[in-house]
Amino acid sequence: MEIINFLNLVFVAPIEDMVFYPIFFTEVVISGLLTGIMYSLVALGFVLIFKASGVFNFAQGAMVLFAALNLVGFIEQGFPIWLALVLAIVVMIILAFLIERFMLRYLINQEDIILFMATIGLTFFLQGFGEMLWGSNVKPLDLGIPNQSFEVGGVLLNEFDLFAAGSGAILVGVLAVFFHYTRIGRALRAVADDHQAAMAVGIPLKTIWIIVWSVAGFVGLVAGIMWGAKSGVQFSLSLIALKALPVLILGGFTSVPGAIVGGLIIGVGEKIAEIYWGPLVGGAIENWFAYVLALAFLLFRPQGLFGERIIERV
Amino acid sequence: MADFERETASLALSILVKRLILIGELEVIDAEHCHDSLLMYKTLIITKMTGRYFKMLRNLILILLGGVLGVTGVVATTPVVEADEQFIPMLVYRTGPYAPSGIPVANGFRDYYTMINNRDGGINGVKITFEECETEYNTKLGVECYEKLKNKGSTGASLVNPFSTGITYQLIPKASVDEVPILSMGYGRTAAADGRVFKWVFNFPTTYWSQASAFIRYVAQQEGGEANLKGKKIAHVYHNSAYGKEANPTLQALAKKYGYELVLLAVDHPGQEQKATWLQIRRAKPDWIFMSGWGVMNQVAIKEAASIRYPMDHFVGNWWSGSDADVVPAAASANGYKSATFHSPKSDFPVHSDIIKHVYDGDMSKAKKNSFGEVLYNRTIVNAMFAVEAIRTAQGKYGNRALTGAEVRWGLENLNITKNRLKEMGMEGFTKPVKVSCSDHETGGPIIIQQWNGSKWNIVSDWVAPIREVVRPMVEKAAAAYATENGIKPRSC
Amino acid sequence: MLYRETGQFKISYAADQSVFPISQDRWFVSVVIAVAFFVVPVLASEYLLQAVMIPLLIFSLAAIGLNLLVGYAGQLSLGTGGFMAVGAYMTYKLTTAFPDINIIIVFLLAGLIAAFVGLIFGIPSLRIKGFYLAVATLASQFFLLWMFNKVAWFYNYNSSGTITAPPREMFGVIITGPMASAEIRYLVTLCIVIIFAFIAKNLVRGRLGRSWMAVRDMDIAAEIIGIRPFQTKLIAFAVSSFYCGLSGAMMVFLWLGSAETEAFSINESFNVLFMIIIGGLGSILGSFLGATFIVGLPILLTNAPQMVGLSMPIDMQKHIEIMLFGSLIIFFLIVEPHGLARLWQILKEKLRLWPFPY
Repeated sequence: MEIINFLNLVFVAPIEDMVFYPIFFTEVVISGLLTGIMYSLVALGFVLIFKASGVFNFAQGAMVLFAALNLVGFIEQGFPIWLALVLAIVVMIILAFLIERFMLRYLINQEDIILFMATIGLTFFLQGFGEMLWGSNVKPLDLGIPNQSFEVGGVLLNEFDLFAAGSGAILVGVLAVFFHYTRIGRALRAVADDHQAAMAVGIPLKTIWIIVWSVAGFVGLVAGIMWGAKSGVQFSLSLIALKALPVLILGGFTSVPGAIVGGLIIGVGEKIAEIYWGPLVGGAIENWFAYVLALAFLLFRPQGLFGERIIERV
Repeated sequence: MADFERETASLALSILVKRLILIGELEVIDAEHCHDSLLMYKTLIITKMTGRYFKMLRNLILILLGGVLGVTGVVATTPVVEADEQFIPMLVYRTGPYAPSGIPVANGFRDYYTMINNRDGGINGVKITFEECETEYNTKLGVECYEKLKNKGSTGASLVNPFSTGITYQLIPKASVDEVPILSMGYGRTAAADGRVFKWVFNFPTTYWSQASAFIRYVAQQEGGEANLKGKKIAHVYHNSAYGKEANPTLQALAKKYGYELVLLAVDHPGQEQKATWLQIRRAKPDWIFMSGWGVMNQVAIKEAASIRYPMDHFVGNWWSGSDADVVPAAASANGYKSATFHSPKSDFPVHSDIIKHVYDGDMSKAKKNSFGEVLYNRTIVNAMFAVEAIRTAQGKYGNRALTGAEVRWGLENLNITKNRLKEMGMEGFTKPVKVSCSDHETGGPIIIQQWNGSKWNIVSDWVAPIREVVRPMVEKAAAAYATENGIKPRSC
Repeated sequence: MLYRETGQFKISYAADQSVFPISQDRWFVSVVIAVAFFVVPVLASEYLLQAVMIPLLIFSLAAIGLNLLVGYAGQLSLGTGGFMAVGAYMTYKLTTAFPDINIIIVFLLAGLIAAFVGLIFGIPSLRIKGFYLAVATLASQFFLLWMFNKVAWFYNYNSSGTITAPPREMFGVIITGPMASAEIRYLVTLCIVIIFAFIAKNLVRGRLGRSWMAVRDMDIAAEIIGIRPFQTKLIAFAVSSFYCGLSGAMMVFLWLGSAETEAFSINESFNVLFMIIIGGLGSILGSFLGATFIVGLPILLTNAPQMVGLSMPIDMQKHIEIMLFGSLIIFFLIVEPHGLARLWQILKEKLRLWPFPY
């Protein structure tokens, strides 16, 4: 009797719930998709940098926070929003330049883990620096993006979430076009393929890295705006990186479409698990469930869904 | 030369490489391909840097290691003994994830103590010295700060306000050994309300369990009587940590008693993403929501609640979810959000004008920059007032001198702040009178409900008493369990 | 020239296989151990012991554990915090259920349970490699902490969710709990760490260590010559988790006194990873040096302004401290990517030639 009860609870009841209340299920799925795109925004920064310089940039979370802090700081200083945006982008470009000059250049041939550690050191630096410049108080971020909720066929949608998803999609589209059809994009793909060969044909590695880190900084700024508008710009924004990591490993470290698809899968999976199975175990399973989901996918495709196949030579 | 003139590079490089190898400055990465000028070029940049930096580094390391040993040795020396000054350590978190809450708290303590020193010349002539130690709300750093500061001052630390539930739990076992009383006002271990087991820990004027029961009583008042609670749905959105779970047992016990349905929803740390929780709320449609949140969880929760169009005046946060920082991002959509508290959010009491006068020399804008008037600032004024009055009470017994922790503990246990005393201090109506006793370190204090109207917090209810007949037995049970587990013999009071 | 290691010949196999074959090394280690045992507890203040020495030793043990997994076996893992939590919570459960068993035995049992848990979470390592494995081990980190938070059985259903070290005795002296003095706790920690560091050193010199290093360097080639990669990796996870579990148990029982899951969060995992990277991957000495750096540096940075007489607002001080910490990590990695252990090696090489430059 106990076993049947247990099996019923775990396998039958949630499915019944999903089927008998399809509107709510749709709401969960849509909300998962929207959240997933927000995760992908953060994961995109990781992917860009890994693609072009082979560095697993753990500092992406701190860059999101730093970019958002700069933006909000400039707005507080009295600059009009458009100028603050431009200034924030300029600051990220300067940051990319400085990172290349003082960190990447000296770590060219090092192992991956050393580079990873260096980016963790960079995380600390950016966190301390950002807080020192702009203070530790929570800062509201209101760029005038509409925030009303409205219902469509019983499903509640929020204008802001749609806007965030839309900008995420546009950003990915722009980046995809950028990578495939422009000269710099081709150069980036060449560098991602083989550093030495790219240098041999005359692609300036240094400039490429600065460009990539700037673009990652810009992506971080967009992510910071979207997340920061929800919670106010504060330290916890840098912890979003931890939520984006499962997206990264599921989609593959080197794939932009992978970041999106991975984000969507993780977002939906997380929400469904939390809402339908969470109450059985007391809730708050989102965090580790995302990782377990990514892990499950990895067992079948160890390089992620869209990642480069790992070819090992003896 | 080799850096910038590639033509001569191939010639010069080979000689340079040989020489550098000879003097041990070059780590050759790939000897066979040294003829490849590109690789050598890169190699040389790295190794030149390495060579120069290497010497710097060796010296730096020796200095650092020497510094570590030296500093830690110096730290071991005892501090200069100050005559007749009461030392109060301050564990603050002005940086880190909870800084928006920690900054007004730190400012509140600092300002009240400074005011007492400047206005009254200290407590009966004994000046208060205090030292801030940054904990980043991290438990380990908090314990380290405590260890560093507990013996400072002529008589050691008078008492400690950890202002973090996690740090409080850690310090509770140490308090009795180090003889430093802990005043964890409205947070920390609720079971410490039973003073017979927790001699050194005080959590007046009220605790989490009392707050939860008072919340239920408030809901009953709003619904027109306790009988109307039956059949209602009450949700508890809580931070998935020991702090967040505190209210659960009380809420569950009261659910059995009054017949309402309790929905428990945990939010994973840090709570930046709460769509799943609020979708469940949207489906469950509870009549009331109680929130035990902290940090970014508060801001996101309020925003999500507004987003699913939940009636904000039925959404009540506990006193750590009801500060100015929490409603800032949601701005106008947070209108109507309520929270529990135990003091007034206003800053027009005589004690406030004293602070402006004696600490800021009448400069209101400077005071505002230092969190003056914020909810958490006011809360720490109450906390600091309790600390000062406890010392004053203890001085009544032990004399007007710098007191030890044990003496201050007596002061805390015999604290009796009457209505008249509140009026003398300029705090009439700011908070309620408090009388601590040996067995009751909580004083079973009531709460009031404040509401955000878009620009400030206003009190919207009378004082709501906790349901003591449910809470006190639970407290005594938990305290007894702690006593058994740790081999503590409860005192008789 | 003055420091000569030459001329030390061994005439028995046992002597040749000793852990420290060079007599200078033996002397040095003996002196360090003697100082640690006799000088430090007498001279150091309680604050120094409590805030620096004990955590240094505990984290050295955790660093050794992680080094075995990452430095010797090449499996990148970020689940250290979770395994430390397993050790701590299991010790708590066992000692509250069986209060009469000696606490050291309880530590070892808890370590074994942690090893078993590590074994289970190491199973993905056959399929997944590199950074993917690192992120996958985060699953174990988050899941274990969630479990210790949620399942009230682990903290004996007490309402606060924290585990507190009850007072325990050994040979009539109280060694855990708030009554235990810092010196006693320090000495117990020191003994445990020395014994297990010695065990680790021998593990990596033996067949197991060599098979780990083979798997790390080229796992396909290792498989070809007959080393079973799955077993080797799993044993690496198990042994590493044992060490981490043991150090977690010591963290709660011999250092902090009580803990909730926040004490084992992902920051701890990253901290231990820093220690082994800064100290040197694949080196037992490196684990100790790295732990000294990561534990000592923040304390140095916090106390430095006071020492120099500089008074700064405390939040500015903290920000600068964090920035300096990050910059120093980057600086270290640029200058010596192989860690402090490599610097130590270079120092000894230079010492052999001293006073001549080459």
